[in-house]
Amino acid sequence: MSEFGERLLADTRKRKTPGDYVRSFAFVLVPFLAILFQVYVPRFFGFLGYLELPLLVTIYFALTRRQPIAGVFFGAFVGISQQLIGMYGIVKTLVGYFAASVSMRFDVENPVLIGILSFFFYFFHQFFYWVLDRALLGHMTVFDPQQTFVYGLLNAAVALPLFHLLDKLRARA
Amino acid sequence: MESFLNRYRNLTVLLVVVAAQLLLLAWQVKTTQDVRLLRVWSVSTVTPVTSALEFIRRNTFGVVGDYFALLGVREENRRLHQELGNLKMQNHFLNAELSTADRVRALSAFQAQSPSKTIAARIIGNGTASNSAEVFVDRGTSAGVEKGMAVVTPDGIVGKVVEAYPMASLVLLATDPSFAAGVVSQKNRVHGELRGAGHGNCKITEVQNEQKVDVGEWFYTSGYDRIFPRGFPVGQAAVVRNGNDGKEIFVSPSGFQGGLDEVLIVIEGVHQLIPEQSVPSTDIHMMPAPPPDQPAADGPAADMTQGGGTDADRLKSAYKRIGDAQGHVYGEGAVPNFNVKVAGNPPPPAPAKPAEPAPSEPADADGGEVHLDQPDYAAQEQNGATTAPAKAKQQQPKAKSTKPAQTTGGVQRETQ
Repeated sequence: MSEFGERLLADTRKRKTPGDYVRSFAFVLVPFLAILFQVYVPRFFGFLGYLELPLLVTIYFALTRRQPIAGVFFGAFVGISQQLIGMYGIVKTLVGYFAASVSMRFDVENPVLIGILSFFFYFFHQFFYWVLDRALLGHMTVFDPQQTFVYGLLNAAVALPLFHLLDKLRARA
Repeated sequence: MESFLNRYRNLTVLLVVVAAQLLLLAWQVKTTQDVRLLRVWSVSTVTPVTSALEFIRRNTFGVVGDYFALLGVREENRRLHQELGNLKMQNHFLNAELSTADRVRALSAFQAQSPSKTIAARIIGNGTASNSAEVFVDRGTSAGVEKGMAVVTPDGIVGKVVEAYPMASLVLLATDPSFAAGVVSQKNRVHGELRGAGHGNCKITEVQNEQKVDVGEWFYTSGYDRIFPRGFPVGQAAVVRNGNDGKEIFVSPSGFQGGLDEVLIVIEGVHQLIPEQSVPSTDIHMMPAPPPDQPAADGPAADMTQGGGTDADRLKSAYKRIGDAQGHVYGEGAVPNFNVKVAGNPPPPAPAKPAEPAPSEPADADGGEVHLDQPDYAAQEQNGATTAPAKAKQQQPKAKSTKPAQTTGGVQRETQ
């Protein structure tokens, strides 16, 4: 294993202290604000429509909790809240699970890793949604990889300050 | 089994949750019913907040935005007023241009239809004398204008040229008291003298009280003044009453209708017939008049109605045939008997009304050197009494108009 990888694993183990936890109200308030943003803000600022804040919030809490089961339920909760038909619920459930699984192996405090994971999960989210939409519902939607790639980069760029902001909600026991 | 589930607990939970959602999705698709669950809570939570945010936005940012929007309203209002004024001026200008174009089109049509040779002229100013009705036009001797020429519009006569300069001419309007022209009424063929009465009106003098003139009767130029060709409309009798020195007839000059901007100066006048009074307008469709019977090619009518030349030419040729039949050589010997019937000649004319003597002097008030038209209406008065009106009737396809001369073109337009 490389020196960088060793450091990531070491840092991860070091930060796995039970003293850090996310305040419980944040589990409800933050997804609510994310959905509210998704509903309200693009109405006036259309260029912010590319932001998938509920997804970023799901990724954040899954990485923070480092418990796949919690990630699964949190993803399902956010996804079902976001969309009536359960497509988003399924996709975000998978994202929550995999993000929490990843957090058990890597230092999710690393900004570079946060950016990469945010980009990856955004791409995964969009692609998997497209697959399920075509496979389960038969919708002939179009998947644009280039656009998804660019939007993934933009969401990753937003994820860095957003995660930093959400870190303020964490409290030490 | 238990150890297996404990070992793959996370994955098992994932599969269970995903499977549950798939089942939920399948059930929704099959039953087309929504599973409200979290969605109800989510929507119920989000929408009131959204409404509140929208209310706050509308009453804060909206008010502030309206305030900033109103800052420029006064300036915009001033600018729009200015723009509206400019557009009004432009609209007036375009309307004037359109009106000018219509008048020019009417003049062109009249020029094309009138047998008289005319040139168009534009009025460029009023005369220098304040107590006379005179205007300057932009055509002068360089364009062929001479003193004494008639000035008309498609609606009627306007005046006459009293002074011709190289680049302009002075026109005495028909409303000037010093203006005079010979006229004849359409219905009763009453001859008189048109004079200006001022204030935009004209009066007709030299009409005896015994003569009959109806109110509304049209007057036309008679041609006896040797200025205006016969047949140009003058106007309708507005007031007719008996006076001490004859009838007092006031006429509204039709040539002034619609204002005077462009006029026609008659360079070479051709006398026309006074149009017959038309049949009163009816709402029924009338077929055009039947075509005339075709006379023999060498018959008398052919000689009088066909071939080139004027009626006087045809009359001359008829007399020549009479002289040839008697072996007479014009200028020598006795006068031949013109009552002899000769084959190819028309029958002798019916007892025509005596031709009115031409005025010894032109009806020009100033008595200066004037341009004299050479009228050929004398022959029309004698021979055309039977032929020319017949021709006019033959050319008249419909008779629905009530005012034959009110339309532009006088006789020519009426007969087309």
